Amino acid sequence: MLNQLTFSELTARIVQREISARAVLQACLDRLTQVDGQIHAFISHDAADARAQADRLDAEVARGVGLDRPLLGMVIGLKDVFAVQDQPLHCGSKILGNFISPYDATVVTKLKAAGAVVFGRLNMDEFAMGSSTETSAFGLTRNPWDLTRIPGGSSGGSAAAVAAGEVIAALGSDTGGSIRQPAAFCGCVGLKPTYGRVSRYGLVAFASSLDQVGPFTRNVQDAATLLKVISGPDPRDATSVDQPVPDYLQALDGDLQGLRIGLPREFQIPGLDAEVKSAVDQAIQQLQSLGARVEEISLPHADYAAATYYIIAPAEASANLARFDGIRYGMRAEGNDPLELYCNTRGQGFGAEVKRRIILGTYVLSSGYYDAYYLRAQKVRTLIRQDFLQAFERVDAIVTPTTPTAAFKIGEKSSDPLQMYLSDAFTISCNLAGICGISVPCGFTRSPRLPIGLQLLGKPFGEATLLKIAHAYEQSTSWHKVRPPLAAGGGADGTGDGRSC
Amino acid sequence: MAGTDFDVKYVAHLARVALTPEEEKTLGAQLGHILNFIEHLKAVDVSQVQPTAHAVPAVNVMRPDVVQPSLPHEAALHNAPWPVAGLFAVPKIIE
Repeated sequence: MLNQLTFSELTARIVQREISARAVLQACLDRLTQVDGQIHAFISHDAADARAQADRLDAEVARGVGLDRPLLGMVIGLKDVFAVQDQPLHCGSKILGNFISPYDATVVTKLKAAGAVVFGRLNMDEFAMGSSTETSAFGLTRNPWDLTRIPGGSSGGSAAAVAAGEVIAALGSDTGGSIRQPAAFCGCVGLKPTYGRVSRYGLVAFASSLDQVGPFTRNVQDAATLLKVISGPDPRDATSVDQPVPDYLQALDGDLQGLRIGLPREFQIPGLDAEVKSAVDQAIQQLQSLGARVEEISLPHADYAAATYYIIAPAEASANLARFDGIRYGMRAEGNDPLELYCNTRGQGFGAEVKRRIILGTYVLSSGYYDAYYLRAQKVRTLIRQDFLQAFERVDAIVTPTTPTAAFKIGEKSSDPLQMYLSDAFTISCNLAGICGISVPCGFTRSPRLPIGLQLLGKPFGEATLLKIAHAYEQSTSWHKVRPPLAAGGGADGTGDGRSC
Repeated sequence: MAGTDFDVKYVAHLARVALTPEEEKTLGAQLGHILNFIEHLKAVDVSQVQPTAHAVPAVNVMRPDVVQPSLPHEAALHNAPWPVAGLFAVPKIIE
């Protein structure tokens, strides 16, 4: 069964020519045909292009070329936010029209160089604004564990496609939890790297001081492999940081003796679901039994993170999304003069959530309100960051639930934006502080059976420690091996022939 | 820092977003709630605090000033809604 293997086990089989890159891709395409009608993780996909990539890799393997590539033949899905040359890019929005990317994002160049088959446009909240993938202009994505529920967001398509086995792994972007939250809701591993760890060149900007690119995988080892491939400084992104990229796989030694893990008392909020709390408490006991020392810590400004975020992120978005004006690319509405053309194009092209945030961002930056909102939020951001840096003088990592509840119902929060915003309570502060975070599966609710995520937060550029803890925990549990009922198949879905990807 | 004087029509115009009367009503009410929630930040004493614009402080990031290949003209115009004679055409600005 391909879906039980890690990247290194799968690439070894491709190198040994026990299986071809083409066969691995075909397993994914078969799976997509079987399940995507139900979950709609993909906005679109180009099977012919993916086959050509796979065939090229197989020809190289036959010639003995590039056999040591870490992602050789791995089918990696992309959130519809990354530029892939000659492929469409919509960002989950109508406003990009029939846009075709003229170049590759740096992470795409790196995936291709590492031997990956870069595949598909995965659904997302419009311009990554949302926590449920319901704001996509291309329809909603359903959670593979329960088709009446959302997969999380904004990278909901990426999480659902990995969980359902339509791709082997995927990339997403995380501005306030958009990788970790859907990973938790769909039962996969999702990692948000430290700000500056991964290049943002070719990633459509939402909030430039918060956005980071990161992996969705089925296990922690694959997350380590994928992070190493995409990390590192890039002359095309001046905010990428020139820090050495460690061999994250080497950090996965299972040894947690002496590691100190902090439990923030501010995260014991009233809205925390009892089953989520109980799963996280058990995970903490498991970490202790593996040798980690867990102690209570305090992040005194944690309660202000959501309000700070909903000033800073919309402010940056209102500036970044000014480029979508109907002049140089994307859709264009009628207008008697350029001003009318801009207003009509943006009024017709953007969905409600994007309009809400652009207007909010414009307001908090406008003359007379800048100091009261934006500047104040930037100052509170300093306090939030200081809380974390002080905590990290005492502990090596921080543990929390990834989300206050498991996946919610379709439509449950879509009419109340504020309730939707508060579902990100545990993930938002990580982006404001610029630190790194990972979500790993840590159990299920009873009825319905839905995945629960454990979040670990780490020091700036402390991904190796996070991966080490997450891996030791994962290897001592079996949560990550459980596949959604959809993916377990049944009837004529073909999993019996071992081709499920 | 009051959300009460928030004029959705005026701010939407600043943002160059045309709204229908229905949208003005819904978005205006929702943004009112969000602004009330944000008011919450007033409780924090920030008098002695420096703002953070970026989590990783980096100033004056330099690279060698060398000419690199850029997007070909044709590729830059490929996604244009109304390309004319190698340019982006727009409605007339001056009569």
